[in-house]
Amino acid sequence: MRAFSYVRAGSPAEAVSQYRPGTAYLGGGTNLVDLMRLGVAAPDHVVDVTRAVDASISEGDDGELRVGAGVRNSDLANHPVVRERYPMLARAVLNGASGQIRNMATVGGNLLQRTRCPYFQDVTMPCNKRQPGSGCQATEPGAETGNMAILGHSPFCVATHPSDMAVALTALGARVRVAGPDGGRWVEMPGLHRLPDSRPDLDTVLTPGELITEVKLPPPPRGRSTYRKVRERASFAFALVSLAAVLDIGQDGRVRDCRLALGGVAHAPWRAHAAERVALSLPASRETFARAADEELRYARPLPGTEYKATLARNLIVSVLEELSR
Amino acid sequence: MTRVEAPEKVTGTAKYAFEYPVPDAVYGYPVLAAIASGRLRAFDAAGALAMPGVLAVLGGVTTRPFGTKNFELALFTSDQATYRGQLVGVVVADTLENARAAAAAVRVGYEPEPHDVVLRADHPRLYRPEKINPALPTDTGYGDVAAALAAAAARVDVTYTTPVQHNNPMEPHAAIAAWDDAGALTIWDSTQGPSADRDTIAATLGLPPEQVRVISPHVGGGFGSKGTTRPHAIMAALAAREVGRPVKVALTRQQMFTLTGHRTPTIQRLELGATSDGKLTAVAHDVIEHTAVRTEFAEQTAACTRVMYGTPAMRTTHRLVRLNVPAPSWMRAPGETPGMYALESAMDELAVALGMDPVELRIGNDPAAEPDSGLPFSSRNLVACLREGAGRFGWAGRDPRPGVRRRGRWLAGTGVAASTYPARRRPSAATADALDGGYVVRIAAADIGTGARTALGKIAASVLDVAPARVRVELGDSALPAAPLAGGSMGTASWGSAVAAACEALLKDGSHGRADTAADVAEDSGFARHSFGAQFAEVLVDPLTGEVRVPRLLGVFAAGRIIDASLARSQFIGGMTMGLGMALMEATAVDASAGCFVGLDLAQYHIATCADVQDLDAFWIDEEDAHLWPGGGKGIGEIGITGTAAAIGNAVYHATGRRVRDLPITPAKLLRPE
Repeated sequence: MRAFSYVRAGSPAEAVSQYRPGTAYLGGGTNLVDLMRLGVAAPDHVVDVTRAVDASISEGDDGELRVGAGVRNSDLANHPVVRERYPMLARAVLNGASGQIRNMATVGGNLLQRTRCPYFQDVTMPCNKRQPGSGCQATEPGAETGNMAILGHSPFCVATHPSDMAVALTALGARVRVAGPDGGRWVEMPGLHRLPDSRPDLDTVLTPGELITEVKLPPPPRGRSTYRKVRERASFAFALVSLAAVLDIGQDGRVRDCRLALGGVAHAPWRAHAAERVALSLPASRETFARAADEELRYARPLPGTEYKATLARNLIVSVLEELSR
Repeated sequence: MTRVEAPEKVTGTAKYAFEYPVPDAVYGYPVLAAIASGRLRAFDAAGALAMPGVLAVLGGVTTRPFGTKNFELALFTSDQATYRGQLVGVVVADTLENARAAAAAVRVGYEPEPHDVVLRADHPRLYRPEKINPALPTDTGYGDVAAALAAAAARVDVTYTTPVQHNNPMEPHAAIAAWDDAGALTIWDSTQGPSADRDTIAATLGLPPEQVRVISPHVGGGFGSKGTTRPHAIMAALAAREVGRPVKVALTRQQMFTLTGHRTPTIQRLELGATSDGKLTAVAHDVIEHTAVRTEFAEQTAACTRVMYGTPAMRTTHRLVRLNVPAPSWMRAPGETPGMYALESAMDELAVALGMDPVELRIGNDPAAEPDSGLPFSSRNLVACLREGAGRFGWAGRDPRPGVRRRGRWLAGTGVAASTYPARRRPSAATADALDGGYVVRIAAADIGTGARTALGKIAASVLDVAPARVRVELGDSALPAAPLAGGSMGTASWGSAVAAACEALLKDGSHGRADTAADVAEDSGFARHSFGAQFAEVLVDPLTGEVRVPRLLGVFAAGRIIDASLARSQFIGGMTMGLGMALMEATAVDASAGCFVGLDLAQYHIATCADVQDLDAFWIDEEDAHLWPGGGKGIGEIGITGTAAAIGNAVYHATGRRVRDLPITPAKLLRPE
């Protein structure tokens, strides 16, 4: 870890005014500090934003829920309103990391965490995300690919986004408030996280100096929802594949609303629009769910070693939607 | 008994190797090879030396004489790079951060050569080692295996594979090296054996052993990886000599993956033949595993098969291939752990082929004498363990049909496997003294978290016939009477023999007793001494996602006399938990293209978490065995991990009808089309 200057900002404006090239915003530090220790991140100026952004949760008159970017993951998951109105989000957050890490990690930091691709985290390896132009070791023959992307990847990068929370927010259609040198703006989810194309060094659409200050959830969707995460051990592991799902079934037994977001399959939380479109208005049956899942996974391009993820994602969509339809 | 050092450990005052406040200490940070095979052509430290706080850089090829032929310890003496992550230099600086930054600035020039890191059954460079660990014959056999297999009513011919695994103790390997003006070296090291560590360090540096002292009262786990001297200790000593100040070194988790050993991957072919009523007629266990380019480590993977079941014909073989990997080393029950996975999985497959209960199949083939050697067993209670375990687990009436039990979205199944591990001891010295109304026992043993200090105090107290609280045990220092290491499940038997004898001598003398068990141990022959056990697993498998969970794991062990119930239970369930990890998640990925291990941290190398362990329990059968050391224990550190992975794999088959023969059993493998 190389020497860096550190300031604690008291407001978003102060944080943004502190920004210059080589700056990193520090939230709970559960990812950034690791990356600094590994030499993956080497900022020379660190701006602690935990006191710059709001850390409270409040209900708006419009039925929306406002979540400050400084809210700790554990506080988000345990908030009574979140538990009651957005149980899928609470479940997603509780499926991530460990209790100790959730106590530290912030909502803003969770959204901006970097991939856990082993090659990204090892500075002795080529990685276009860490060092643009150096190549992608994960696409070399014989490389370790077990947790790489199957959707939306490019020859430049096959890494996946690691967040559970972001998958739930993507299904819920959250909006992210951003402060920046040129003022504030809203960014929709999906839409915050990018696909890699030729610029995998850019995880999100945020421009240099922009800071996430809050997340706004629309009123909860009708119907039932859940979050399921598949991993080979029972806790403290990133998803092989995860699914945030909302299913609303009409009186006629047909799908009235269906929202699906997959984790562990792409460079960004993956909103399964194709599957949603297929399911809409069809009878809420296993056949419908299978057709919907197949439509989404038609576009999967697994690497050698990730073929299982297409099967897993498909099965997970069917299994979770069946569970929600019972 | 509660561990005597428990208050120090839970309050954080127990000091581990890196934590000693040695005055004037500076920091060493390694430079690692970036290629898997080739030659070092340049080692340019100029840039690093110009960086802040840097005191010295060692590396490349020095002409410094060494007293060792151990390639991994003969640092900076060869221009040969044989694996990625090999130690090729060290930077010494005033702070860890400065040392680390400067290490990244060292420019190493390489002349790379093609590398090979992938173990395959048809590798053209497979060879037969002269012997396997610890000094067993490479191949054994008797009877006509081929004829017996050809004539067998039921036959199994299957190949199992196990991956590279890493020990990953909680405490990273660390050392502080300090030289005094007279040229004597003190090393605070994370080691499983201060006497052996002292001897190896002295030999490596060309010093007489009495000029080296190793101090290690607390060690945060080892699982074998701290059983041999590791390069970080030599690196610290060389660096400290160079700068004339004490040097502290702590490996990062990532560096541990190449500098502290690993369990070799294995490819194991099992051929079993049996009569229609389930009597084995042939057993063949042929093992392929890897070793390093410059170091041979021949894991004794099929040795367990020579012990387990009676058969008129048997063959066991071991073949190695030298790959561009760090030298494999000991990892909890080396040999028995991968070997029992394969043998006990194959036994399950044979039971299925025969339509026989797997518990009864094992009982029916329990031998009267050790099959390979013909030696009588000092005691053998595998059958009792199987019966006791079957009763406790509720095995009776098990429906053998695979893939038919639903529990919500899960398929349920149960499985069984046997465990075994050798019971041995090594010569040790110890002293016992009456002191201030109590007693002090001194021995260069190691407590790597097992409770050795507590167990030895209890053994001493029992001989002295006093309360354990009146005995203080001093260990973890090579200046104490020489003792073997904490390894091979031999610690308590080896040290306990010496401690008991020293206490007896003290009782005769009144104030002082000293013992050396070399003569006694030399007479330990004439019997096959092994622990045995039986493990029962219940698993749930989601057929749509491939997730496997283990709601129940139960082990029954026969390991001689149990010295202390709570310490023993901790070893048994700890071993079983590690076995659960082996079954379902533990694996180090190998990148064939880059020529190295990948995923080098505990977020990527998964071990079992608390949430993976549900109803897990261990029981034991008290054995009175007159052919053991006076304490009567067979050793319990390793048997718990042997057989666990097979019991879980067999239960996965019972749940799903799917036989995954390649560990770990992951969602990816369960979802792969058959």
